[in-house]
Amino acid sequence: MTRENILIKVNNLTKKFGRFTAVDNLSFEVEKGEIFGFLGANGAGKTTVIKILCGILSPSSGDVSVDGFDVYSQTEKIKKNIGYMSQNFSLYEDLSVYENFRFFGGIYGLPRKEIKKRTDYFLKTLGLQDKKDSVISSLPLGWKQKIAFSVAQIHNPKIIFLDEPTSGVDPVTRRQFWDMIYKTAHSGITVFVTTHYMDEAEYCDRISIMDAGKIKAIDTPENLKKLYKENSIEKIFIKLIR
Amino acid sequence: MKGFLIKEFRHIFRDFRLMLILFGMPVVQVLLFGFAITNDIKNAPIAILDNSKDYLTQKITDKILSSDYFILKKNLNTNNEIGDYFKDGSVKEVIIFGNNFAENFLKNKNANIQIITDASEPNTARLLIVYTNSIINDFQQKQLSSSLEINNFVSSGKLLKPVILTTEFKMLYNPELKSVFMFVPGIIAILLMLICAMMTSMSIAKEKELGTMEILLVSPLKPVQIIAGKVLPYVLLSFINIITILLISYFVFKMPVQGSVFLLLSESILFIIMSLSLGIFISTVSNTQQTAMFISFIGLLLPTILLSGFVFPIENMPLILQYLSNIMPSKWFIIIIKSIMLKGVGINYIWKETLIIIFMTAFFIVLSVKKFKIRLE
Repeated sequence: MTRENILIKVNNLTKKFGRFTAVDNLSFEVEKGEIFGFLGANGAGKTTVIKILCGILSPSSGDVSVDGFDVYSQTEKIKKNIGYMSQNFSLYEDLSVYENFRFFGGIYGLPRKEIKKRTDYFLKTLGLQDKKDSVISSLPLGWKQKIAFSVAQIHNPKIIFLDEPTSGVDPVTRRQFWDMIYKTAHSGITVFVTTHYMDEAEYCDRISIMDAGKIKAIDTPENLKKLYKENSIEKIFIKLIR
Repeated sequence: MKGFLIKEFRHIFRDFRLMLILFGMPVVQVLLFGFAITNDIKNAPIAILDNSKDYLTQKITDKILSSDYFILKKNLNTNNEIGDYFKDGSVKEVIIFGNNFAENFLKNKNANIQIITDASEPNTARLLIVYTNSIINDFQQKQLSSSLEINNFVSSGKLLKPVILTTEFKMLYNPELKSVFMFVPGIIAILLMLICAMMTSMSIAKEKELGTMEILLVSPLKPVQIIAGKVLPYVLLSFINIITILLISYFVFKMPVQGSVFLLLSESILFIIMSLSLGIFISTVSNTQQTAMFISFIGLLLPTILLSGFVFPIENMPLILQYLSNIMPSKWFIIIIKSIMLKGVGINYIWKETLIIIFMTAFFIVLSVKKFKIRLE
């Protein structure tokens, strides 16, 4: 890992809510262009970490930088360079596909022409050109998910955070979605993904397993399997969380 | 920012039910309160049992019927009929003239009129009696004075002119006691409260519910921009609504605006901002649209209707409720609107109420900004 390749740098990060420590002295790094899987049981502190990295929650202590910008003082710059997609595939249901693209492109300050170009590109890749003016609420869940992922990339961010992006969709759609994630990562965008599906963890370049605010393990899936002498991430996960 | 507003208007215009509430409700409410739910007596059906049928009873009858308040349903002949007409509800009042009315009135100064009303509707009954009484009194005064004048003329100063005491009522600002004049300010207050507070809190809560709020927060937009984007469309819509209500009340109900329209509109904008800050505050404490709606409905709408003096006069409330009514922003706003519309006063008469609303606005804004920050922490 060379220094300039590191996009996210977390050092001794701690976040306390009152007396409860949600994130306990966390340190890790994420490289440019990798798919970083962030695993952990519910309430392990995953969402808190993502919120801190996105600049909407400030840490209690520790050093955190995203794309070289400090989360304490340069959240504005961080926000311009990240994309975010939550498990709800949050789009405006009563707006059309294009209107969603236009709105989110607009809040990132993209010019109208650029938005149009990028929307056409995304819809073409998805094969949904004829759905450009359909209202979101009329589309199936799998399509919404793909559109939400594209919308999150409209401003060409350096990192994209996916918070449980595949909850509630069928296996085929999930597989297709991971193809999209690979494509995105190939184009140089770093993907930071949380998931509950252990088979998905295997698709990641590197994973970290978090429990009770601490990282229990962090490495490539292969190395972890060797280290814990298990044949699947799921077994490692259960071993560690217990 | 522009994109945000366009998006927000799209949300509103695409939601048919929302549109109906936003633009249908003001019109329906004003018309409803103005026409249907009225305390005015107009064309109350009455019956008259005239036992003497002389020129005086005829005169009184004419006078009563010539007012707008009553309409003659039936001339009765016997006492027995009275009960039947009341029972089937076809008349609200029966007026009975005693025997030899004119003779008694002029000679014995002791003529008899009996008024019977249907008190199953107590308010109406009371009002009917008051109206009838005042008409008869008026008639009596005139009759006495004119007959005295004749007497004086005939007996050429022999009689001392007796002093006739005339009690004259003058209803200021709303001489016809139109209840529309009472309702319009109340409706404006309620609608602004409803549209601003309820709609904004719900639309912000909706973003939270759908998770789009998170995306907005992650975007480079500042919280202030997000809130302004959510709130501004409603400022505009509420303003349109105020103008609609004022136009309806002016053209349909002939409600005057005695004071400055500019002052009225500025005060309305102040109240809009107040309601919006309240709405934002509500949205910071509620995570779903339903919670937001419940809080606005029970916490705002009901007290506004009940405690602001819009329906029930504050002076008649128990002391505790009177104190409680002081924290209702709408109470002060209703006072302001009434003063401007009916009394035509300027800012020097209502600066105190205005100040109270400004203070409340500041309070809610500070509170919600604090809350908003805590939520982000």
